[in-house]
Amino acid sequence: MSDSTTATHTPTQTSVHEGLHNPALLHHFATEEQQRNSASLGMWIFLATEVMFFGGLFCAYLIYRGWFFGDFAAASKSIDATLGATNTAVLICSSLTVVLAIWAAQTSRRALMLVMLALTMLFGCAFLGIKGIEYKDKFEEHHVPGSTFSFDHVPIPGHPDQYANPQHAQIFFALYFVMTGLHAIHMVIGLGIFAWLFWMAWKGAFTPEYHTPLEIGGLYWHFVDIIWIYLFPLLYLIDRHP
Amino acid sequence: MFDNFPLWPQRASTLAGSVDALFIFLLIVTGLMTVLVFSAVIYFAARYRHRRGVPAEQIEGSTPLELTWTFIPLAIFMVIFAWGAIVYFKERTPPRDATEVYVVAKQWMWKLEHAEGQREINELHVPVGQDVKLIMTSQDVIHSFYVPAFRIKQDVLPGRYTIEWFHPTKAGTYHIFCAEYCGTQHSGMIGSIVVMEPAQYEAWMSGSPSGPLSVAGEKIFAELGCATCHRMDTQGRGPNLLGVFGKPVQLEDGRTVIADENYVRESILDPGAKVVQGFKPVMPTFQGLVSEEQLNALVAYVKSLSKPVGQPSVKTASGQEMAPKAPAKGSQVE
Amino acid sequence: MSMATAIAPPVERENYLNKEYGVGSWLLTTDHKRIALLYLMSITFFFFIGGFFALLIRLELLTPIGDLVQADTYNKLFTQHGMVMVFFFLIPSIPAVLGNFLVPMMIGAKDLAFPRVNLLSWYLYIIGGAMMVHCMLTGGVDTGWTFYTPFSTAYTNTKIVEAGLGIFVAGFSSILTGLNFIVTIHRMRAPGMTWSRLPLFIWAHYATSIIQILGTPVVAITIVLVAVERTLHLGIFDPKLGGDPLLFQHLFWFYSHPAVYIMILPSMGIVSEIISCFSRKRIFGYHFVAISSLSIAVFGFLVWAHHMFVAGISLYAALVFSILSYSVAVPSAVKVFNWTATLYKGSIHYDAPMLYAFGFLGLFTIGGLTGLFLSALGIDVHVTDTYFVVAHFHYIMVGGAVMGYLGGMHFWWPKISGKLYPEAWAKLAALIVFIGFNLTFFPQFILGYLGMPRRYYQYPAEFQILNVFSTAGATILGIGYVLPMVYFLWSMRYGKPAPDNPWNAAGLEWKTASPPTTYNFEEEPVVTWEAYNYDEIDAEQNKKEKEEVKVVG
Repeated sequence: MSDSTTATHTPTQTSVHEGLHNPALLHHFATEEQQRNSASLGMWIFLATEVMFFGGLFCAYLIYRGWFFGDFAAASKSIDATLGATNTAVLICSSLTVVLAIWAAQTSRRALMLVMLALTMLFGCAFLGIKGIEYKDKFEEHHVPGSTFSFDHVPIPGHPDQYANPQHAQIFFALYFVMTGLHAIHMVIGLGIFAWLFWMAWKGAFTPEYHTPLEIGGLYWHFVDIIWIYLFPLLYLIDRHP
Repeated sequence: MFDNFPLWPQRASTLAGSVDALFIFLLIVTGLMTVLVFSAVIYFAARYRHRRGVPAEQIEGSTPLELTWTFIPLAIFMVIFAWGAIVYFKERTPPRDATEVYVVAKQWMWKLEHAEGQREINELHVPVGQDVKLIMTSQDVIHSFYVPAFRIKQDVLPGRYTIEWFHPTKAGTYHIFCAEYCGTQHSGMIGSIVVMEPAQYEAWMSGSPSGPLSVAGEKIFAELGCATCHRMDTQGRGPNLLGVFGKPVQLEDGRTVIADENYVRESILDPGAKVVQGFKPVMPTFQGLVSEEQLNALVAYVKSLSKPVGQPSVKTASGQEMAPKAPAKGSQVE
Repeated sequence: MSMATAIAPPVERENYLNKEYGVGSWLLTTDHKRIALLYLMSITFFFFIGGFFALLIRLELLTPIGDLVQADTYNKLFTQHGMVMVFFFLIPSIPAVLGNFLVPMMIGAKDLAFPRVNLLSWYLYIIGGAMMVHCMLTGGVDTGWTFYTPFSTAYTNTKIVEAGLGIFVAGFSSILTGLNFIVTIHRMRAPGMTWSRLPLFIWAHYATSIIQILGTPVVAITIVLVAVERTLHLGIFDPKLGGDPLLFQHLFWFYSHPAVYIMILPSMGIVSEIISCFSRKRIFGYHFVAISSLSIAVFGFLVWAHHMFVAGISLYAALVFSILSYSVAVPSAVKVFNWTATLYKGSIHYDAPMLYAFGFLGLFTIGGLTGLFLSALGIDVHVTDTYFVVAHFHYIMVGGAVMGYLGGMHFWWPKISGKLYPEAWAKLAALIVFIGFNLTFFPQFILGYLGMPRRYYQYPAEFQILNVFSTAGATILGIGYVLPMVYFLWSMRYGKPAPDNPWNAAGLEWKTASPPTTYNFEEEPVVTWEAYNYDEIDAEQNKKEKEEVKVVG
């Protein structure tokens, strides 16, 4: 890797290169702190790009909702808010287990860390399972956009004598599927990341001094959770009254 | 200039002069800026050419200079903005009494219909000295109606009307170009505006067999059964359309909108979108049942039911100016 | 008189090029310099594809009738010319080649913050590029690079989804590069390298990276929506199904306007480096030039609808976007003035990189000033969607960005390759490019005001003479672009070996060997001097020469 003519550090550096350094320290970084700060900043910036990515969808959604409020309310009423709320609770719990996993790493509680990581993945799978049920329902009700779509004679909430415009309802469902679908893809990727983190944790890679991958993986997971927390009220709770 | 080698487009509308004036002003301003920068660069490059024994003089900067060459250009830019905005206001404000021509763009031709009824394909005959307003829509993709000699351009969209106007000042034949890429024959969508002297235009007009567009619209109005609900004598299931066009309309959800071309069009294609106050949302949609030309005729007809042109709409409680008052609930005449 | 002092080292040291041989060592490298060269080969490939399409376009436009290719073919030519040049050449070019190579060295680091992500960036670019090439070979795209709906979603039969996905994947390459640069610049500067000591090249790339990370995801999701709509016949953008075609335009231009600043800002960074080196002085108004880069990045996000003045937006929206568009012109003007002021009382050398910088100054000024025409609402109505716009953006992207790119390639070539390029040929190429460029694109301003629309393959006969001038210029321009490729390749084999700092330039990258070792610096540098300390450098150079004279004498 490095030979004597290339990477050495001057004595004025505060790195621990000469002594024992964590095998996780990558060679282009001067110190572990620099590496950790870089990883953290990198993940935050990546999350900013994800905000912009979902942002385009939220923008389209908000515009159409403003224009076609009644039709969107009718469409929103037809998706199951109980399942959606359950999923919200599931995700919030999974964020808690992530935080606990990191705390466990910080305090050398290996068993707890592994249990929390496993629970996180379990919650993630539960979320996807419930999502699958929802999608199946929509498929059966012919609410999936495309040639099989039908949304006739559905009254607009609060205006029993007026039917929703099926074209506008289809736009709602198109956005519903793209937004929740994109979110679900991110969940699947998150599950993959946590499977890898679980494996690393199992191998003993995480210590109180070094558990950066857990932290940045956790950041990603929290972000996916927050996207859902916006999606749920916007999509499921339009004009709903108890 | 030269016929084969023009360097400046013809000026054939009232707007062309205004646009050209701004353009020339910009040419002068940017020309001066260019000369300034170029001569400074060339002069400095020559004058301060590397000479042995003469080192460069390190100059950090000069905040006063920075502020100067920030705020002076900004001021000049604001002048340009304002002038451009003034010309733009003119461009986008059609005069009240303009003759109307309905334009339907499709891949790859222009279909035009005068309010008086004449139909044209890829050609538009107009008289010199009269305001003309184009009410345009597309049957398929986005097109753009561009007349360089008039300095006007407006995208033509499917699903709505866009407006463009001009006042020709010189007889002649001028290009119409489609200026928004629309597929295979985009560059084949070239037409002509034929501006004629008023006498010639009268002669041309009288040669056409069809009647005014609004009359065609009245026929369609009857054929499609619109008159069943939109009665003019007694209160029907739908609002009376006499005097509606161009005036504010109170909607059932509390909003007030102006009954313009797009409003009439939307009411036909998506009646549930804007239900008038006091009426039930029972009107069926005519989406797919009327062509763009028929829609244009219906719009022209509804327009013809309004008071003669030139009266500003008065947003008072005076029942005469606004759309007929909504009937009291429960007393609807079947 | 060339500044390059050819004191060649006698024995070939180990450097990043000869450290390891074999295709595997290149395709699996994490060395930012090798990745930069991988990008160099790829973007050059796409440049010539895009250039080939341009040649066919200009040949067709020699005559007013469509006689070289069919209408559908022509539509694919200009579409693919645009897509390839924008997404696969201009957007990556300077950041992925010169940025990748120089950013770590300029700040005193061994590599970027995430070397493996850097390699991933390149692979994403290649995958996206492969999808694009496959798309072009199996039917192509004909929507214009702007993909307007409903034509792209419901009317055309060409391969929109594949092209869109290719661009989508390449977009992530751009995002990851931007992410890498931001983290690197924030976290990996050598001791003493404060923000105020950063080269303006770094400031420019920092601003560019901000645009890349915030803008690209929006066009990515827009492409996803177009692909979904097209495949499932939805109506998000189709009025026949309840959607709004203008929504597409807003989402598209929200990225694509800032994208043009991704394309020009890095070039401006290069120009700062070249002008200061070949005038032997610090850039006039360093802080103002640095802040202007950030201002362009911020304001660039606020002006997108100036592409939509005649699209059907409201009059008031048009007013807002017009006035904002003027505000974004100010920082660019400030830069031009500062560069010009740098020449004042400098000690100017006319080496090839400086000639490209002069070319940039002239052509970018003209291109930028014509932007003032387009921002004026009254004028834009007449000239939008005509050749006036085509001329405007080519002046900036070709006259500006590509000139800057070529200047930078010449300036840093000795560092990258360890060889000197032939100076006389380089000067000739610069001249040919400048002449060819103006002959190609200046007539297009006139054509635009006359009313010749864009994307036309047949046109009224009175436009022919100007089109002929334009095509003549294009052939000359093409020659000007082929020359550097030829002599750069030639120099790798036959060029004189380059010293570590042939230009006596300031900047940490010049303190490495030519070519550098894999980890750039033997010892981590500690910076105690300001940027562009040419007075110190020249004073020391004079002292050294005096001592040499003493010794010899």
